[in-house]
Amino acid sequence: MSAVLYDVPGPKARLRNRTFGGLGTLVLLAVVGFVLYRFAATGQFDAAKWEFLEFKAIQLLLLDALLNTLRAFVVAAVLALLFGAVFAAGRLSDHTWVSRPATAVVEFFRAVPLLVLIFILYFGVSKSLGIEISTFWAVVLGLMLYNGSVLAEVFRAGVNALPRGQSEAAYGLGMRKTQVMTSVLLPQALRAMLPTIVSQLVVVLKDTALGYLILYPELLYQARFLGGQGNLQSPILQVALVIAVIYIAMCLLLSALANFLERRSRRSSRTGPTDPTAVAGARNEARASRATAGGVA
Amino acid sequence: MNVLLDNLDLYGAAFLGTIELFLIAAVGSLIGGTVLAGMRVSPVPVLRTFGAGYVNIVRNTPLTLIFFFFAFAYPRLDIVDLSFFARACVALIVYTSAFNCEVIRSGINTVPVGQAEASRALGFGFTRTLTSVVLPQAVRSVVPPLTNMQIALLKNTTIAAGFSVFEAGGIYQNLSERGYDVLVGLLWVALFFLILVVPLTLLQRRLEKRWSVAR
Repeated sequence: MSAVLYDVPGPKARLRNRTFGGLGTLVLLAVVGFVLYRFAATGQFDAAKWEFLEFKAIQLLLLDALLNTLRAFVVAAVLALLFGAVFAAGRLSDHTWVSRPATAVVEFFRAVPLLVLIFILYFGVSKSLGIEISTFWAVVLGLMLYNGSVLAEVFRAGVNALPRGQSEAAYGLGMRKTQVMTSVLLPQALRAMLPTIVSQLVVVLKDTALGYLILYPELLYQARFLGGQGNLQSPILQVALVIAVIYIAMCLLLSALANFLERRSRRSSRTGPTDPTAVAGARNEARASRATAGGVA
Repeated sequence: MNVLLDNLDLYGAAFLGTIELFLIAAVGSLIGGTVLAGMRVSPVPVLRTFGAGYVNIVRNTPLTLIFFFFAFAYPRLDIVDLSFFARACVALIVYTSAFNCEVIRSGINTVPVGQAEASRALGFGFTRTLTSVVLPQAVRSVVPPLTNMQIALLKNTTIAAGFSVFEAGGIYQNLSERGYDVLVGLLWVALFFLILVVPLTLLQRRLEKRWSVAR
């Protein structure tokens, strides 16, 4: 599409484009240069400020923090998928006494900020009800409730995007409701929605960073700790950069997987009978939820 | 109920902070997103690459980390002294712009090719084509996802509470200092967020109805 917005450049347009390109590069270089200059002027490049990376104890500390982040991510992702599957089935149920409460639960958890959910679990429930919830479980359960609700919508959209003929044919073969759902509809819906599901997992991974706000010892928490160490020259800027690289690398890997799956599903005709526009619509809707960082999506 | 009535001042001030933060960040990130989208479809390769790089990096960074950077690391650079509130706005704008950019770009892709071709045939250049023909139609078609993005932004403002900005996410701290039930207080906060989303949804319905394009 982008190439439709402008003609093939002639000599004048080429010159203009080049001028703008040059100007753009200059402005970008100026901004980057200024930031680097501020780095240098405030002594952020001093070797002493980066020395912390050489200590084995600190490397182990960061590795431990990374493991904590990944642990919260994996447990939350598995629970969210389960939660999503259960509540999607609930919303699709023919019994109103099942589908109404399921709808209410999903809509509620989608509308409440993830951070407020985590606070409710960690500060609210433990103080007012006396049920002790560790920081780990507060983060994991919060992520499960929010992302599980989003995933429930994704699953439901995937099932609804299937042509009616699929379920009609299955009923025609004499299958029961559960059978139709588990052996005909769900496998196809899962395949069509796989890229969306994986990009929702990116959201889960990003949102584990919220654990910092209730002092779950994940990457950001350790970054704050190390950044406050006077005997390491308080390298908070440096630690933040290191952490950023770790997060971005992990999320890019997951995003690349989602893109790969999307390309593959578009290429293979075996994904078969799903209505492509309906699937695209459902995916778009889910994509919006990516902005939440408690979430963006 | 008492928790709410006894602390109305607290809730009022906190949600005012939230709404202020939301409005500034929403306007800023819509402008930022549009500019980025324009860069991503422009004929200048440098701008296209920059736009794509920005979006890919920012979309894969946790918002909490961006807040962390602006709250703790930015002051070390000694550039301009900004208040915590201003820094929270910047963090939200930086983050949400990347998502708005992708939504607007997907809107540009839904505009029929003939529209851009016709305006080129009329002799419009890239800027004219984009701003007077394609973008107005693109924005109409992405009202629902764009609203969803603003709702996400509204919810994301709560993170600012963790970085010394007084708003709805920080109510629980004051409540526990004043000795009230934190659980009830937080459930009220959740309810108010549900209420705040309603006007946004209504606005979306109205814009959708008024702007829907017959094709």
